[in-house]
Amino acid sequence: MDVLGWLQRTSVDAPWLLAVIRVLLLVVPILTIVPGLIWWERRLLSWMQDRIGPNRTGTITIPDNFPLASLRGRKIRTFGLLQPIADGVKLFMKEDVTPSSIDRKIYFLAPAIALFPAFALGATLPQASTGFIPGTDILGPFHYLTPVANVDIGLLYVLAISSLGVYGVVLAGYASNNKYSLMGGLRASAQLISYELAMGVSLACVVLATASLRMSDMVVAQEQALWGFVPAVQNWFLFTPFGLVSAAIFLVCVVAETNRAPFDLPEAENELIAGYHTEYSSMKFAVFFMGEYAAMFVFSGVFAAVFLGGYNLMPFNWEYLAATFPAAAGFFKGMAAANYWLGPLGFVAKMAAGITFFIWLRATLPRLRYDQLMTLGWKVLLPLAVANFIVVGIWVICSNERVLGPVGGWVALLVAMGVLAILYMNLAATIKKGAKSMDKRTVKLSDPQAKRSIKLADPGPASEGGQA
Amino acid sequence: MTLPLPLATSMTSDVPLGWFLTLGLFMFVVGGVGVVVRRNPVVVFMCIELMLNAVNLTFLAFARYQIVPGASTEQAALNAMNGQMMVIFVMAVAAAEVAVGLGIIMAIFRLRNEADLDDMSALRG
Amino acid sequence: MTANQVVFLVLAAIAGLAAVGVVAFGNNPVRAALLLVLNFFVLGFIYFTLGAQLLGISQIMVYAGAIMVLFLFVIMMLQLHQRSPIVEGREGRGVLAWLFGLALAVVVFASVIVPLMSVSGSPIGDEYGTPQSVGRVLFTTYVLPFEIASVLLLIGIVGSILLAKRRL
Repeated sequence: MDVLGWLQRTSVDAPWLLAVIRVLLLVVPILTIVPGLIWWERRLLSWMQDRIGPNRTGTITIPDNFPLASLRGRKIRTFGLLQPIADGVKLFMKEDVTPSSIDRKIYFLAPAIALFPAFALGATLPQASTGFIPGTDILGPFHYLTPVANVDIGLLYVLAISSLGVYGVVLAGYASNNKYSLMGGLRASAQLISYELAMGVSLACVVLATASLRMSDMVVAQEQALWGFVPAVQNWFLFTPFGLVSAAIFLVCVVAETNRAPFDLPEAENELIAGYHTEYSSMKFAVFFMGEYAAMFVFSGVFAAVFLGGYNLMPFNWEYLAATFPAAAGFFKGMAAANYWLGPLGFVAKMAAGITFFIWLRATLPRLRYDQLMTLGWKVLLPLAVANFIVVGIWVICSNERVLGPVGGWVALLVAMGVLAILYMNLAATIKKGAKSMDKRTVKLSDPQAKRSIKLADPGPASEGGQA
Repeated sequence: MTLPLPLATSMTSDVPLGWFLTLGLFMFVVGGVGVVVRRNPVVVFMCIELMLNAVNLTFLAFARYQIVPGASTEQAALNAMNGQMMVIFVMAVAAAEVAVGLGIIMAIFRLRNEADLDDMSALRG
Repeated sequence: MTANQVVFLVLAAIAGLAAVGVVAFGNNPVRAALLLVLNFFVLGFIYFTLGAQLLGISQIMVYAGAIMVLFLFVIMMLQLHQRSPIVEGREGRGVLAWLFGLALAVVVFASVIVPLMSVSGSPIGDEYGTPQSVGRVLFTTYVLPFEIASVLLLIGIVGSILLAKRRL
């Protein structure tokens, strides 16, 4: 309680000090956890690919002259946990090659610009409950410690900062003065603009459902009764039909926004060498690397806060259960307290799950082609997100107590989803029919235009015979 | 329940209105000069965006600092909203304008493959 | 001088210098675009100091995050940065432009800003810039202009596709 008292006093006397503490509480864990993430990615990836991966670095064999005879020759295993540190040392020590014909200022600025949004992104994420300590009406310590800024525009802030993430990549690609890097930068800008739209619309669905842009309000909205009529379970948006669609769209868009496989076209090794960071070596490369991992981590946090109930460990309303089943009230009250005090751990666990999903995707899916990427973004995700938005709008109106109530709202939502799906399938069938007839027309060899194009491409007389 | 909001505090009460207007005027003039001086179509376009933003800043400054004497509180609130609405519409129009304008620039480049606005005088007669 | 004034002056200095840089670096479009991004970003913060949260964040999202990315995309696609810089002949025009700009600045400053220089403080509550209050007005009083703006955006989409596609 003393800590709480100090926090209360400081929030009045020196709010700037609390702000600094909040920033540190956000940034320092991200910075310290990134090496662990790299280790986790390499180990998990190698496990999924039936390899061993880095498991040696850091393992110490106790020497034969060790005083305790029983320990001689034993190994202290660290499972390669020190590998990222060794990698870091290697990156520091490497020769720092700077190409000669670069745009010098922008070249050095680009890694910093790439790192900035990754860290700034988490500023509105509530890592723990900002409300009352369960069973009391005292604002807990987390109220003063998270999020960095509990602003009205929390979700818009996430969108705005994530939209700045493209600059690091684009500027690196431009400044390197290398055609492959430039291609990478171009791809990145087109990709990020395309996927930002679907991401924005998918998040707008959730905003419509919670009627707030404030991130802590979004988590509180997910602590209500599931579907409006199952009070024992929390209404995590992943459990609702529209939330499921939104979450899927958002997940794909996040992978695209962070330039991770299968959307890593800007740095496609086998087409563009390494795309935008071809010309970056040593520390500057490490900064890009770190920015990518930090962005993944923080985006997982956004996903957790918006769709996965934020800092809640399990989707149960413990206080309701305690009131309903007085026999086990003590247990449920204890769980409520644990849910509150272990909130940050729950949040980090959800972020780690998100990272694992990223790695899983990378191990599973091959890289998309550029046209597939654009088709997915513009023709699948964006229409789907807009359709979902319409469905959420219908649900919000119908589930009002004065219209149909919660149950009627869900019926209306399912009907709307069905109608939209039928409409979409009709449309897709029509488009497909049209596309088929187009294909036939262009493939036909008797088509005069096709013949002419063959002649233009290869004017020699021998090729005519070859074609026939 | 609500934290003291870092962004929503009454920060501007001691910054005079004139400072915002001066910044807006400065940006507008610089943008206008850029439109006249520069001959690269994309840079000219960027200067136009600069001018639009200068106007936006001015709108917001006037929305925040009510200068209508004797206006009632409701009237003042409505005026503040009007200023913000103008900014929203300017943003929407600017987005449409950029999409079409950059399309036009790309079409011109495909046609002429040159970068000088002064030489784009095909319709001068 | 209060802390708020210092904050404003720093932001204004960055925004102003970036604006000058946009024009001064006109021969290198990427740098000009980058400085314009900086200007828009800082402008977003100035909107925050004015209490217009929603518009400040929209400024960063729309201008710095979307429109300027489009500019950079076009600059890089047209390889504008690799073309030889346009030789700025006709120096007289530049001088004339700066003179006219200065004249405009002086006239507007004297006739508009000087009379308003002393105005400070405001009767407007801080919540005038929140998403809730903006949204309420946007979808009631201003619903017709809002719809017209959305139609305009639709026309913009169609028009830009029409312009950019070689053949439909």
